Amino acid sequence: MSTNVPTQTGAIAEAPQRGLGRRGRKPISDRAKAERKLGWMLCAPAVVVMIAVTAYPIGYSFYLSLLRADLRFPDQREFIGLDNYVTVLTSSLWWSDFAHTMIIMVISVSIELVLGMLLALIMHRALFGRGLVRTVSLIPYGIVTVVAAYAFLLAFSTPSGGFIPHWLGIEHDLVDQGHPVTSFLVVILAEVWKTTPFMALLLLAGLALVPDELLEAARVDGATAWQRFWRITVPLMKPAILVALLFRTLDAFRIFDSAYIIGQNGTNPKIETVSILGYNQLLNRLNLGLGSAVSVLIFICVMIIALIFIKGLGTSRPGEG
Amino acid sequence: MRRWSTDRILGWAAADFVVLVFALFPVLWIVMLSFKSPATVTDGSFIPNEWSTENYSSIFNGNSPFLDALRNSFGIAAIATVIAVVLASMAAYAIARLNFPGKAIMLGAALMIAMFPPISIVGPLYNMWRNLGLYDTWPGLIIPYLTFALPLAIYTLTAFFREIPWELEQAAQVDGATPFQAFRKIIVPLAAPGVATTAILVFIFCWNDFVFAVSLTSTSAAQTVPAALSQFTGVSQFTAPYGSIAAAAVIVTIPIIILVLFFQRRIVAGLTAGAVKG
Repeated sequence: MSTNVPTQTGAIAEAPQRGLGRRGRKPISDRAKAERKLGWMLCAPAVVVMIAVTAYPIGYSFYLSLLRADLRFPDQREFIGLDNYVTVLTSSLWWSDFAHTMIIMVISVSIELVLGMLLALIMHRALFGRGLVRTVSLIPYGIVTVVAAYAFLLAFSTPSGGFIPHWLGIEHDLVDQGHPVTSFLVVILAEVWKTTPFMALLLLAGLALVPDELLEAARVDGATAWQRFWRITVPLMKPAILVALLFRTLDAFRIFDSAYIIGQNGTNPKIETVSILGYNQLLNRLNLGLGSAVSVLIFICVMIIALIFIKGLGTSRPGEG
Repeated sequence: MRRWSTDRILGWAAADFVVLVFALFPVLWIVMLSFKSPATVTDGSFIPNEWSTENYSSIFNGNSPFLDALRNSFGIAAIATVIAVVLASMAAYAIARLNFPGKAIMLGAALMIAMFPPISIVGPLYNMWRNLGLYDTWPGLIIPYLTFALPLAIYTLTAFFREIPWELEQAAQVDGATPFQAFRKIIVPLAAPGVATTAILVFIFCWNDFVFAVSLTSTSAAQTVPAALSQFTGVSQFTAPYGSIAAAAVIVTIPIIILVLFFQRRIVAGLTAGAVKG
């Protein structure tokens, strides 16, 4: 039986191939050459598509961000260096939208982490109903975000006859600029409802890594449930928690759908996030230069968030954790 | 088996119940809203005072943009899913099975794209698509969906393919099967569940998209349900569209509920495989 069947994981992909490698670096055999070629050929179509529709537009976006490129005034198109970035970064709109985004991101991800952990523990430990709980909690994950946003908007908004103001006996609209705090709460609630199950599933996968014997041993030694959770479960789950937080934080920073639906409602609407700012510049004001500068800045923010987390993850990169 | 105390049973039952209410209450509300008659839609009650299917008949009437949107959603999501799964299967097979330089880079790049903010490429795509004539067409949405579906699919499939005992294929060949027979009879059945799971996840992903749909389409030629929903107007300008929005929201949710109910285990496996094991 050949040992040439690669079953290794990505973490040791670079290690010399078992069998061949053990005998030292031999000149590449024809078979290995053919394997390489096949590998590249099989990956090529996916790579081509991803480059064509991601790498190229990102490059193009960067280029556009250095131009005065307003589709309404095509004659004025010229190279203006970093002026667009200066315009964006010195505008109060960018900073208020940035603040909105951060508020939504930090609050919703924190709530999701706590609720997600509770949900994961229920899915992991419940005496009964585990299957039911898993199935049911997947429903919010699957619901179209726009639908979730409408469900919350229509429940909290007075003109639409939302039942929540009705139940609370409140006359004014809870989703309006006049009441920005409740509007934000509704956006956050919609976000939390929709994505907590995803967080919980990632945490559940982490919980499965905690050996029962260890918890049992700690119990025998007299550790309380609380101590066992903080001293054993959480440290062992740390990689899973960080991966879950990374995914959700990046996702929350890009928030668009629910803020767009809920934030555009009302008489004087505005819960603008950075993604909505980019969208408005690009597609409503048709200012490709400014809009692209916003896009590139969002991209940079996402990269910074990812870097912070990957540093936090230490040696294990996400996807290998 | 340890004996369960009544307290523990009640405690877990309460926890289960809270989860059910948390997950289903907003869905139930939208369903209730969709069955309110147009006259009572804004009355603020949770349960309709007057039950009516009028909202459904209004969105399914011939002039409504909803039917086109539904067709676009199904068509675009299905085509994008098939293409993404085929391309990703090839790449994931190569990454899981073959040894070639660059596969770590391949996975890293896929991860980066998965983290990528869609809004960052919407502007350039809008401009490019208008020049290429892809704006407001099916391919104009399928292609961007592919870029985001592919990393997800490659990650998930790679995780699944790594679990397959590929040695079985060689064992079958030793027993006299041709390479093709060995692949088809041994590997394909083992890989099928992973491929199906990935297809479901990709479909849900495309079905859910709003950013691209609202930016790269403008008419019923390619507008999908989420984008159409955000632009619903009432049956007449004097009725608020809330009832129709709720009815359309229920319809667009049904395929997802069916997928979740039938493939719950698979979806859980796929989500965790792609995100954690990857």
